[in-house]
Amino acid sequence: MRFGGLTAVRSVDFTVNSGEIVGLIGPNGAGKTTFFNCLTGLYIPTEGTVSYQGKVLPPKPHLVTQAGIARTFQNIRLFANMTVLENVLVGRHTRTKEGLWSALLRGPGFRKAEKESEAKAMELLEFIGLAGKRDHLARNLPYGEQRKLEIARALASEPGLLLLDEPTAGMNPQETRATEELVFAIRDRGIAVLVIEHDMRFIFNLCDRVAVLVQGEKLVEGTSDVVQADERVVAAYLGEPFEGDPGTAEAAEVEAAEAAAEAVAEDRTADAAPPSDAAPAADAEDADAESTEADSTTKGETQ
Amino acid sequence: MTDTTNSPAATEHGPVPLPRSLARLLIVVGAVGTIASTFLSWTWTSDFPGDLTVYGYPAGLQILALVGGALTLLFGLTLWDIKWLRRLNPANATSPVFLTALSAFAVCWFTGIAIAVDLGGLVNLDPGAYVAMAASALPVVGALALPHPAPGTGIRGYLTKPQLPAPGKASPLVDRIVITVGVALGLVAFSYGIGIDNDASETFIGYLLLLVFAAWGLMHTGLVDRFATAAAHHKGFASALAFVAAVIFPFTQGDDHNANVGVNILIFATVALGLNIVVGLTGLLDLGYVAFLGVGAYAAALVSGSEYSRFSGVHFPFWAAALTGMAASLVFGVLIGAPTLRLRGDYLAIVTLGFGEIFRITVNNLDGTSGPNITRGPNGITQIPDLDILGFNLGESHNILGHSLGRFANYLFLMLIVTAIVVLVFTRAADSRIGRSWIAIREDETAATAMGINGFRVKLVAFALGASLAGLAGTVMAHVNYSVNPQPYQFAGAAPPNSAFLLAAVVLGGMGTVSGPLLGASVLYLVPEKLQFLQNYELFAFGIALILLMRFRPEGIIANRRRQLEFHETGQLDVPAQATLSDDPAVTKAGA
Repeated sequence: MRFGGLTAVRSVDFTVNSGEIVGLIGPNGAGKTTFFNCLTGLYIPTEGTVSYQGKVLPPKPHLVTQAGIARTFQNIRLFANMTVLENVLVGRHTRTKEGLWSALLRGPGFRKAEKESEAKAMELLEFIGLAGKRDHLARNLPYGEQRKLEIARALASEPGLLLLDEPTAGMNPQETRATEELVFAIRDRGIAVLVIEHDMRFIFNLCDRVAVLVQGEKLVEGTSDVVQADERVVAAYLGEPFEGDPGTAEAAEVEAAEAAAEAVAEDRTADAAPPSDAAPAADAEDADAESTEADSTTKGETQ
Repeated sequence: MTDTTNSPAATEHGPVPLPRSLARLLIVVGAVGTIASTFLSWTWTSDFPGDLTVYGYPAGLQILALVGGALTLLFGLTLWDIKWLRRLNPANATSPVFLTALSAFAVCWFTGIAIAVDLGGLVNLDPGAYVAMAASALPVVGALALPHPAPGTGIRGYLTKPQLPAPGKASPLVDRIVITVGVALGLVAFSYGIGIDNDASETFIGYLLLLVFAAWGLMHTGLVDRFATAAAHHKGFASALAFVAAVIFPFTQGDDHNANVGVNILIFATVALGLNIVVGLTGLLDLGYVAFLGVGAYAAALVSGSEYSRFSGVHFPFWAAALTGMAASLVFGVLIGAPTLRLRGDYLAIVTLGFGEIFRITVNNLDGTSGPNITRGPNGITQIPDLDILGFNLGESHNILGHSLGRFANYLFLMLIVTAIVVLVFTRAADSRIGRSWIAIREDETAATAMGINGFRVKLVAFALGASLAGLAGTVMAHVNYSVNPQPYQFAGAAPPNSAFLLAAVVLGGMGTVSGPLLGASVLYLVPEKLQFLQNYELFAFGIALILLMRFRPEGIIANRRRQLEFHETGQLDVPAQATLSDDPAVTKAGA
């Protein structure tokens, strides 16, 4: 994907298998969201294709959604002046097909479809826990619930793959935790999830696989262990110890860096959490149900 | 006394230091005095519009003063503990009393000043006028002496809407009675306003003053909210009743000219409602919408059998002509929409503005010299014959129920059916899958397409639907006006319909609502019609009115629930119960 002379995303080959939760991380400006936009057809890739279930998708957002890829946005993009229920009903657009005529004539088919849509939407609202707020305007929901609603709206299109763009941005630890559980629950519904996030603890708890995107190129892909152990990832987030001065000084520095790498490896969030936090995070490395329990103690401490 | 002290901030009395009992008395005495004064002569000559010279019964502005005085009396009496009157003012608020007192005061003082100015001097005022001015001032003073529990200090406290108790669940019968009374009042107010003589601008100004202040006061009592909730619960009943009221309207008018005004308002309102689909629901700013009305009108004129039509031999029955007009507008709408709807926001507005002008200029030039002769250019197609529907000639007077209905009344009935169809289309389309996708596109087009909505297609459907509804109205308009010519179909002009006025009717009335554009269109049509002296300053006055409206009520006169919440952050009914403070800034930041 190029914007004029700027190559934002270059040859990122990436596969998400069904029932998988895959994380996509990278420093700010690495091209994660651009990559998402290419996937969902908001941007037309300069080169390359997106295929889903063996079919190449045209770069048209509504066709991508119809094919079964739904997304949320980094900045919440709900329909602010529609009610919670209406937001989810809009998400069902691709799975219903009543046109203008049936709306004007209001035949039995129309009523039936509307009822079905509402039932499905209410089921989703119950799933994310917003059923009680169906008639609230989306703009009046608290931030965390807006995030949830956006996920519900995406789920309403019955996707096989859900793309979450920083689902926990701006959330407090409890909300992050709830989102984590929500993503697991979504996976249990048989939906593959691709998630962009800066919260490393969240990512490594959650994901079966993690890919690291740096300056538009995929640096490494693998389980959280592999990614955490990779020095280039550390370098991408924290910077190289020094550059362009090969010699003995460098070798010494590298050794020092390697020695420190064990300690620093976990502490790679961009906002550099204090090292004391790194230890509990290390406990929670395996993205398993067990480790989520271990993580709950972490939450207790961080508060 | 005890019931107003529930608020700790409530003062014993307002800016005027008078005890409460005296203030109440002052209001009632003033109101009765105002009513009585309307039976006196206000001026010696009948040169002043409305003939205010008669002792014994009120006329013209005096009737308005009488209504203002009666309202003041009614709400003044609610200050006493009278069981039935208490319901009129459940919050026991001061502001309705103050505002109704202001309505009578405004009418009386406006009349006095207008007489003095029009006829040249205070000497033209009869004692009745002095009585009216003095008496109408008393309730204002009295109301200012009342304590006001509303927030705000000084006069401002009297103008802020009091906290109203939430309207309880009423029985369907009561709701229906409320709706009936509301619709009946609306019909009376509308017929009176339309019936004011075109030369009696003073009376119309008085009417507007009374209407604005009285409506404001009624809003503060919660009666308007009550009516709105009742109408929302019984939508079918309310709309049926409104339709009946509109059918009754021609019978209340002796003069066919008023029916003509009525038809034109309805045409204007119907087209505005069609535009509301495009602007209010889908959020596409269309500045050339009147072109679709023109296409419909020209299409109907061409197949009307007029001898000036290019196809003068062709004479379609009305249903076929209506379908032709709709189809022509639809095609034109799709032709314009297909290339332009790929643009967003301001760009779309500019392009539609251009296309609207292209239509007018093209029609102007299809006169046989600059281009092929189809529309006869600026001369237009004239002598369009009257419609004949099932043997009922709309051009002739008919005697129905002992009331003679003229040509325009007949067309009014036809237009009412068209309006009803458009209202039905609007409400049904808005509340459906496609309507939701329109609103979603208005709210956030990117998110809407990411949710699987084919933005271009859905917008094109909205554009085409709006166009064909305007075309339908255009077919009737061609017949009502006997002729079509390119002149009215411009972007901005001094008289409706033109694109700017249509858009203003939608915005003024309230975007996304049904009643909003209807009301906005009535106001925008009636005010220039009745205030002839403003003719040279019309656009100026119009601009000022729009600025004031945008400052004080940006959501329009009749607010869509969504819009209301959008523009007024506070006082929302459905604010989440446990909104945490720390979350709120994040919402605005992320949503921006």
